Amino acid sequence: MSRRRPVFLLSVLAFGYAFLYVPLLSVIFYSFNDSRLATVWGGFSTRWYGQLFSNEEVLQSAWLSLRIAVMSATMATILGTMVALALTRFGRFRGRTVLSGMVTSPLVMPEVITGLSLLLLFVSLQQLTGWPGQRGLSTITIAHTTFSLAYVTVIVQSRLRAMDTTLEEAAMDLGGSPLRVVFDITLPLIAPAMVAGWLLAFTLSLDDLVIASFVSGPGGSTLPMLIFSKVKLGVTPDINALATLIIVIVSAGVGLAWWFGRQRST
Amino acid sequence: MQTTADTRWQKVTVVLPYLWLLLFFLAPFLIVFQISFSDPVIGQPPFTPTIDEQGTWLATLDNYRFLLTDKLYGLSYFKSVVTAAIATFFCLLLGFPMAYAIARSGPKYRNLLLLLIILPFWISFLLRVYAWMGLMNTYGVINNALLWLGVIDQPLQMMYTDFAVYVGLVYSYLPFMILPVYATLERLDEDLIEAAMDLGADSWLAFRDITWPLARPGVIAGCLLVFIPAIGEYVIPYLLGGPESLMIGRVLFDEFFVNRDWPLASAVAIVLLLLLVVPIMFLQRNRGADEART
Repeated sequence: MSRRRPVFLLSVLAFGYAFLYVPLLSVIFYSFNDSRLATVWGGFSTRWYGQLFSNEEVLQSAWLSLRIAVMSATMATILGTMVALALTRFGRFRGRTVLSGMVTSPLVMPEVITGLSLLLLFVSLQQLTGWPGQRGLSTITIAHTTFSLAYVTVIVQSRLRAMDTTLEEAAMDLGGSPLRVVFDITLPLIAPAMVAGWLLAFTLSLDDLVIASFVSGPGGSTLPMLIFSKVKLGVTPDINALATLIIVIVSAGVGLAWWFGRQRST
Repeated sequence: MQTTADTRWQKVTVVLPYLWLLLFFLAPFLIVFQISFSDPVIGQPPFTPTIDEQGTWLATLDNYRFLLTDKLYGLSYFKSVVTAAIATFFCLLLGFPMAYAIARSGPKYRNLLLLLIILPFWISFLLRVYAWMGLMNTYGVINNALLWLGVIDQPLQMMYTDFAVYVGLVYSYLPFMILPVYATLERLDEDLIEAAMDLGADSWLAFRDITWPLARPGVIAGCLLVFIPAIGEYVIPYLLGGPESLMIGRVLFDEFFVNRDWPLASAVAIVLLLLLVVPIMFLQRNRGADEART
């Protein structure tokens, strides 16, 4: 009995990882296929990469996506850290339950509902105040900030909870004002969690299709929106090239982070 | 030692995100709720006000009545729940043994194995769905391989079927199942299982009476984390599913962008939200209990 189980577990693991990675490997493989048909091998070629980099539309939407991701991740990190501090360090205050409810709800809200409701808000605001006149960069950034704020809060909050408060108390006892204690002690200690939160918010923003589709206007196409409109028509080889680039960049980034983390811990 | 600067700063820390969430999270839902009671019109914005200048109440329940009378909507809600439930079941079927195997593997490999679970999650969701399109096409990788091996002599129709939707959902949401289950299994005390075995339990009995009950919070959290977003899923049924795979997320999207019926789309959203209230409350309670324990 005890000998059969490891075999079962190992085969499940092998199947599971194959399930996760075979699609990605096949995309990488076919990105170097010269043939226009995705599954007929027409020889090795890098022409889809060339086509990708000369496509003005792709570059423009990638640039828009990057700007939105940087801005919304930064705003979400600032606001999310504020909420996490308020919920873990300020004790009881009026509206605490409402705040924690509002901040965690976006985590489980279906994207179609979040997208629809934000668009209707922007339309109503425009009627009342004239702002936002044009939907695009600013409205997508606001939408992304709102939903990734929740993720930052959860990450920073769990770090704050796990953290020993003795350092902060010692600093207070030595006469540090609460404001100085936060800036000199607490923030440096939670910086790794803030970085993790920022990175997660950044990727969530780069990845989002549904919410961006709702709150963007004509001319404001993010990279996922462009990919979606291409993919809808079927399998296109230049998307293989784009996917390969993203897979390589992400794997390298995650691999490096893991390697550095291991160096530090040993 | 609280100075006025300190309390002022604390106020800003609370008030700023509070205002942000009131404006960009709570207010939008109230607007959706309000618009779900108006009539669609052609114009900008394409719906009637629910209150006119004289303050008369013009709200109508027509949208909700329509949702009830047209069979399409009831069927879509039902189909969404069933599809999400089946996808959750398969995520658990594959995810539980994987989480178990990772939790039982040597500490040297554990982090690497976990990293390999999370890595695909960082790669664009859309591109991962697209990768499956290349595999499951009529002349895609899987069919070519099976034809070449002589297993089949006609390509299988995999794309644009419910099967493809399940594959896409399980693929996309698998990490959400594995991570919480792993978190509970990792904390599980190996001594308990050994003790049970010493007392004569076989490994099945030890699993049923010890591992499974102790892993249950993780299993519940994992199931809800897969089930809740899967119900409202739009991209996967759109790209992989057939024209008949009308999940409610897709119906809402089409109602809004294709038919431009904003009030009806709002009503669809409100009903979907009502459908999700129970599982979301379960998740919050589960999470609350988990936090209380640690």
